Amino acid sequence: MTAAEATIDHGAPTRARYGSMSRDRRWALRWSYFFLVLFAIFFLTPPLYMFITSLKTSHEISAATNPWWVFHPTLSNYIELLTSSTYITFFRNSAIVSIFVVCITMLISVPAAFALARMRFWGSAMLATGVFLTYLVPDSLLFIPLFKMFAVFNEWTGIQLINKWWVLLIVYPTLTVPFATWIMIGYFASIPKELDEAALMDGANYRQILMKIFIPVALPGLIAATIFAFTVSWAQFLYPLAFLTSPDQLVLPVGIITTLIKGDVYNWGQIMTGALLGAAPPLIIYAFLMDYYIAGLTAGATKG
Amino acid sequence: MAQVTLRKIVKMYDDTEAVRGIDLDIADKEFVVLVGPSGCGKSTTLRMIAGLEEISGGEIAVDGEIVNDVPPKDRDMAMVFQNYALYPHMSVYQNMSFGLRLKKYPKEEIDKRVQEAARILDIKDLLERKPRQLSGGQRQRVAMGRAIVRNPKVFLFDEPLSNLDAKLRVQMRTEIKRVHQKVRTTTVYVTHDQVEAMTLADRVVVMNKGKIEQIGAPNFLYHSPATRFVAGFIGSPAMNFLPCKLEQAGDGLNVRLSDTIAFAVPAERVQRYRPHVGQDLTFGIRPEHVTEAQPNGSKNLAMFDAGIEVVEPMGNETMVFFSINGTEVCGRTDPNAGAKVGATAKMAAHLDHMHLIDNASGRVL
Amino acid sequence: MVDAVISDVRELSAPRRKSGMRRMLQRKSTIAFFMALPLLLLISLLVLYPAFYAVHLATLNKSMQRFVGLSNFTFLFKRETFWMVVRQSCLFALSAVFFKALIGFIVAHFVHNIPAKGQRKWRGMLLIPWVIPPAMSTLAWLWLFDPSYSAFNWILALFGFGPVAWTGDAYWARFSVILINVWYGAPFFLIMYLAALKSVPEQLYEAAAIDGASWWQRIWYVTLPMMRNIIAITVLFSTIVTFANFDIVQVLTAGGPIDKTHVFATWAFRLGIQGGDIPLGASVSLFMFPILAFCAIFILRDIHRRGNEAS
Repeated sequence: MTAAEATIDHGAPTRARYGSMSRDRRWALRWSYFFLVLFAIFFLTPPLYMFITSLKTSHEISAATNPWWVFHPTLSNYIELLTSSTYITFFRNSAIVSIFVVCITMLISVPAAFALARMRFWGSAMLATGVFLTYLVPDSLLFIPLFKMFAVFNEWTGIQLINKWWVLLIVYPTLTVPFATWIMIGYFASIPKELDEAALMDGANYRQILMKIFIPVALPGLIAATIFAFTVSWAQFLYPLAFLTSPDQLVLPVGIITTLIKGDVYNWGQIMTGALLGAAPPLIIYAFLMDYYIAGLTAGATKG
Repeated sequence: MAQVTLRKIVKMYDDTEAVRGIDLDIADKEFVVLVGPSGCGKSTTLRMIAGLEEISGGEIAVDGEIVNDVPPKDRDMAMVFQNYALYPHMSVYQNMSFGLRLKKYPKEEIDKRVQEAARILDIKDLLERKPRQLSGGQRQRVAMGRAIVRNPKVFLFDEPLSNLDAKLRVQMRTEIKRVHQKVRTTTVYVTHDQVEAMTLADRVVVMNKGKIEQIGAPNFLYHSPATRFVAGFIGSPAMNFLPCKLEQAGDGLNVRLSDTIAFAVPAERVQRYRPHVGQDLTFGIRPEHVTEAQPNGSKNLAMFDAGIEVVEPMGNETMVFFSINGTEVCGRTDPNAGAKVGATAKMAAHLDHMHLIDNASGRVL
Repeated sequence: MVDAVISDVRELSAPRRKSGMRRMLQRKSTIAFFMALPLLLLISLLVLYPAFYAVHLATLNKSMQRFVGLSNFTFLFKRETFWMVVRQSCLFALSAVFFKALIGFIVAHFVHNIPAKGQRKWRGMLLIPWVIPPAMSTLAWLWLFDPSYSAFNWILALFGFGPVAWTGDAYWARFSVILINVWYGAPFFLIMYLAALKSVPEQLYEAAAIDGASWWQRIWYVTLPMMRNIIAITVLFSTIVTFANFDIVQVLTAGGPIDKTHVFATWAFRLGIQGGDIPLGASVSLFMFPILAFCAIFILRDIHRRGNEAS
């Protein structure tokens, strides 16, 4: 009898506490969702507003109606931009530059990362650190000396680099290669040493180890580095702004700002459409390869 | 099929000697196990044989041909790694055929060999799987299959079973033995587990601190260890070691373990031990040679009383622990003898199986 | 017999042995060097050389024909605008990094709090600002801040406030560029912190809960110490990137109104490229260097320490 009472005595408060704990948990969850919605509104307002504006006519934009709503949706901004030869030129230039830069980046950084991660040579440890430091050097420190260097280069050789779209193929790799090499070193270093030893025992040489073992095994890292190189090239703003001027050589971000803004006349419907279309390729890649994108992002700082 | 010869092999890492002069002859078709505690240089030795590790001194020869500066791919050896090292992006079939494909073997030949190896290892159903879809034991089989298809001169195993759970380890141990009996390839096998070494090897090489302690057949090592290290390393539960003093007792000799316990040395060993009279030695005896006293024991049975402190029933036997002069001793009794904690039991030491060890050199006398 | 064979071979191969091994190793490191050569050239020609070239440029006069020593710098020190740029750069970088780190930390906890199957979706949504090229998204902000059609002012007007001169007034303009930078950079912190939160073993929280720790104590004694490394490195990274930021300020205000929002990068651009005074622009951009070097040293130290712990 006493034993039974004791059990009940102990049981009741325990159950009560469990109940309150899950109630706490429920409230914590509600608050989490509440704040997440708030932050999501904060984070998503600009792209959403881009989209809203892109569907408006310039007449509706200058009307005093609710700016957050589209009363007369139209695709005319899209049609106009996609049939405008200047915008198509920007888009094509951006695409060509980014794709080439991605290829150059991977061709330089993958072999280098393999050499630095697996095959020691004189100064290789220093070079690995140097790669990382280079990644920390920002574009805004280099654009002036590069500008002058290209001018001097022109005086010497007669080859004009300024105002040619392919000058970006020379300067963009300085932004993409160090980081791509750095994350590839991280991915390669995480491959167990036994794997290359097994390949060595199986009779593979270094080229075969790289091509048949390392690249396939580190494919997620390779994809992350590719995405990174692409998005950096696509988004780069300072170098084209400093080095390119003629509309037929410009790339998207600069092109939209310099050609769609005519003096003080802002055609916001077109600007927003252009910006949204310009943001589309990275967004689409992100939507499909989000996990690689995030892995690459976190690998940059956490591997090493 | 090949014989492997190691002559005065040395491995230096910066200033430390990991391997300090190994001499070893491995006969054709022999299964040799290198065993020792971690850091004893056994894996380094294996990796030098494989060519994965540069040799700092000495020579390694395969079939009489020195291979010191032959790169691993030209040594015609296959290796099974502790973590299997299967190529994660290849199927089992591709994993097993990788080496042959690199050497540009004809497709039919590759297929024939892979199928044959898969049959031997009983992994025919797994050929299309990726390594991550396999269990530990299956991965182990694939790793072995990758070695077998190459039909190499020498198999090298680097602690291949240590990542498996205890039950699977026993099973795979048998498997490795079975495979070796089928393919009869010279094999060097590295492990830290003395049971593996005993069960698999034709000959066991016990290593410690970069040197070979003793080489011999498993049973020989068990019954006639050359050093205290080997005596303590081989056998489970481990041999009991007790400090003792050798005394003259009439014509014979006495081993004195404490003020009250002294055993008469068996007559046939008196001659061997006589030079050490008066020295402080170590008395070694395996637990199975310390049993409950039997009424009709043989002549070299020494009886003594022991206060039982711990009893560990194992089912087929019961281990009892007591102390002599402050040193814990393990003995093995019949489960029906009814050993009880706190009781005083009559125990018997089988002195035919005793060892005396010189404290200074660590050698068994 | 075997011995005889061995000794024979030994005699023959002894002279070759050493050179053979060395040749093999040498070949390996030569191959490795050539594999890394393009990287080496790229870094030295297009990063290291320009960096030193910038120092050289900073010591020339405007037409770049005469060495003028430090007079570009003394000229800058005398200008009111320069000190304003220094103040604005520091204010911009420090407050932006602080709020990015804070918001990232808070939002990471909220995401970590909700059931695992919804986390991916939220994380994906919240990272979007980081994915849009900043020049593009700043255009959207510029439009949201438009003096006559600001959609924010429209909402404020509903509550009877405003209108706010988001980019016209110096203080609001400073606030705006920081706001955009926080908006753009906070998701990066969120992702990093979320990854760090996931790596804290659940048992630690359970142990802390059994020890009677409140949620605040759990954050203070378990979460923060476990995340200290990642917080430090993320903040340092972000400081470098924010300090060197160009896109947002250039697109939103181009330094205006009357140079009040200029940071080093935009002012260097204004002076060097638009104003044609390359040496002066180079001098301004060099002022970013000390803070970058400072952060870089700390990041390197952290990486080396982790490297040592790992081995």
